[in-house]
Amino acid sequence: MEFALKTTQLSKTYGNGVTALQNVDLAVPQGDFYALLGPNGAGKSTVIGVLGSLVIKTSGRVEVFGVDIDNNFPQAKSFLGVVPQEFNFNIFETPLQIVRNQAGYYGIDRRTALARTEQYLTLLGLWEKRNDQAGQLSGGMKRRLMIARALVHEPRLLILDEPTAGVDIEIRRSMWDFLREINRSGTTIILTTHYLEEAEHLCRNIGIIDSGKLVENTSMRELLRQLHLETYVLDLEQPLATIPVGLDRAARLIDPTTLEIDIKQEEHLNDFYRLLSDNGIRVNSMRNKANRLEELFISRVGHSPLEGK
Amino acid sequence: MTPREQWIAYATIVIKEITRFMRIWQQTLVPPAISTLLYFVIFGSLIGKRIGQMDGFDYMDFLVPGLILMAVINASYQNVVGSFFGAKWGKSLEELLVSPTPNSIILLAYVTGGVARGLLVGLIVTGISLLFTDLNVFSIGILISVAVLTAILFALGGFINAIFAKTFDDVSMVPTFVLLPLTYLGGVFYSIHLLGDFWQQLSKANPILYMVNAFRYGFLGISDVSLSVSFAMIGFFIVCFFALSLYLLTHSKRLRA
Ligand SMILES: Nc1ncnc2c1ncn2[C@@H]1O[C@H](COP(=O)(O)OP(=O)(O)OP(=O)(O)O)[C@@H](O)[C@H]1O
Ligand SMILES: [Mg+2]
Repeated sequence: MEFALKTTQLSKTYGNGVTALQNVDLAVPQGDFYALLGPNGAGKSTVIGVLGSLVIKTSGRVEVFGVDIDNNFPQAKSFLGVVPQEFNFNIFETPLQIVRNQAGYYGIDRRTALARTEQYLTLLGLWEKRNDQAGQLSGGMKRRLMIARALVHEPRLLILDEPTAGVDIEIRRSMWDFLREINRSGTTIILTTHYLEEAEHLCRNIGIIDSGKLVENTSMRELLRQLHLETYVLDLEQPLATIPVGLDRAARLIDPTTLEIDIKQEEHLNDFYRLLSDNGIRVNSMRNKANRLEELFISRVGHSPLEGK
Repeated sequence: MTPREQWIAYATIVIKEITRFMRIWQQTLVPPAISTLLYFVIFGSLIGKRIGQMDGFDYMDFLVPGLILMAVINASYQNVVGSFFGAKWGKSLEELLVSPTPNSIILLAYVTGGVARGLLVGLIVTGISLLFTDLNVFSIGILISVAVLTAILFALGGFINAIFAKTFDDVSMVPTFVLLPLTYLGGVFYSIHLLGDFWQQLSKANPILYMVNAFRYGFLGISDVSLSVSFAMIGFFIVCFFALSLYLLTHSKRLRA
């Protein structure tokens, strides 16, 4: 299978000594919709920087559709459309100029460039704003401008670094539809996000990166299968010394009066209740443990996706 | 990229650069017009009459070529250092860096933008000088080639400055502390024959002297220095600056982390 993106032992240490990536092996199949998750400072943007040649890798290999960036970086770059995390257009230029010029940098003649600019600015709801100064657009519009700019040369691989940060819920949902449509038409998409819900909605495969290391690389389905396991927290009336036989497979004693139990989808709560009563364990209250995907993330990374370190 | 695609990328950047300096013409075209107007009024008309002849020509006629070239030097330098540093500082340079456009094309296009502004300002200043004196042209070929080569050289200089610069102060440093003294001492206002031996020899270490004299030769047919040495010197610096610019554009840590 040809991969849209394949990194082998990719490492980056910045000039200030910070090691942002350590031997990262990523493999994103063609046509995939891939989420790269990780806490602040994990190294997500560094990966994207390396692909766009804004960050020079320290070691390792990077191939984009089979083209090694060390052999033919311009060709590899011609496959890529990049939506960076931070705004990086000239605020004095207009959306029309910004998108059309970007097409020019990919060697697209001016007539085609203009037609595509209209097409993508319209798709992203910015055609009305085409002659405004880019600096005066709202935050969400600026982000959409960068998406239009990244699409104008019709890249085979679209990379979005937190595209929905600071975008309201309505626009976020319409952006999701838009990205899904782009992906359906054959464009491979890699996105980074802090919204696990977003990854769950959109992505087929997922990588979790922490402190520069890839700690999870799996399909969303596999990940969700692990989640088909609901965790409940029970507050007990009496302290418990040990977990009774029969419960020990699924339960953990967090402290003497707090018991956590995992219940698979096909299991019934009644069975657990019966086991608890049989062992004389009385339960004061019970709650469902928070956001499932978030839990999983924390179990891999050690803290919540929104917390930095 | 195919040659045609590279050409499109080149043209895109050049048009963008020209659009930029035309859009802010009050900052790019008006100031050199005003300052040379003042030079002409003060040094040419008012003081010039008292100076009399310089190298056998009216002082005004002697002065004009140097002032035109000085304007070309400043405009081409400022255009590239301003635009490229601005793009780096505001991050819009990333638009180019992530694209497949080769570094050589990026460099050539920025230099072309600088040359365009340098020559346009040169034309404006030439027009203004016609209000004060009739210009005789000794060799139009020499005039144009010196103007173009000098503009290329200083556009490259501005490019290098922009790559190294970290702040806007770094952008104005070189023009103030290097370009200004070198042009003022580069025979714009006087013939180095007025100087003592030591200062004459020292002046000959100033590359701008050669450009000013070669340019003046195009108007008046006289020069304090050899014409072929002038061309060789400009050519040498262009080759060095181009190589350095391209190297920095590819490898500099100031552009890529
Ligand atoms: N240009 C740079 N020079 C030095 N260190 C850098 C540079 N860019 C990033 N870093 C460091 O590299 C590490 C990874 O940063 P990176 O931007 O890749 O994280 P991230 O996963 O994108 O985080 P976030 O979710 O906050 O965007 C951080 O420790 C960061 O401080
Ligand atoms: Mg980031």
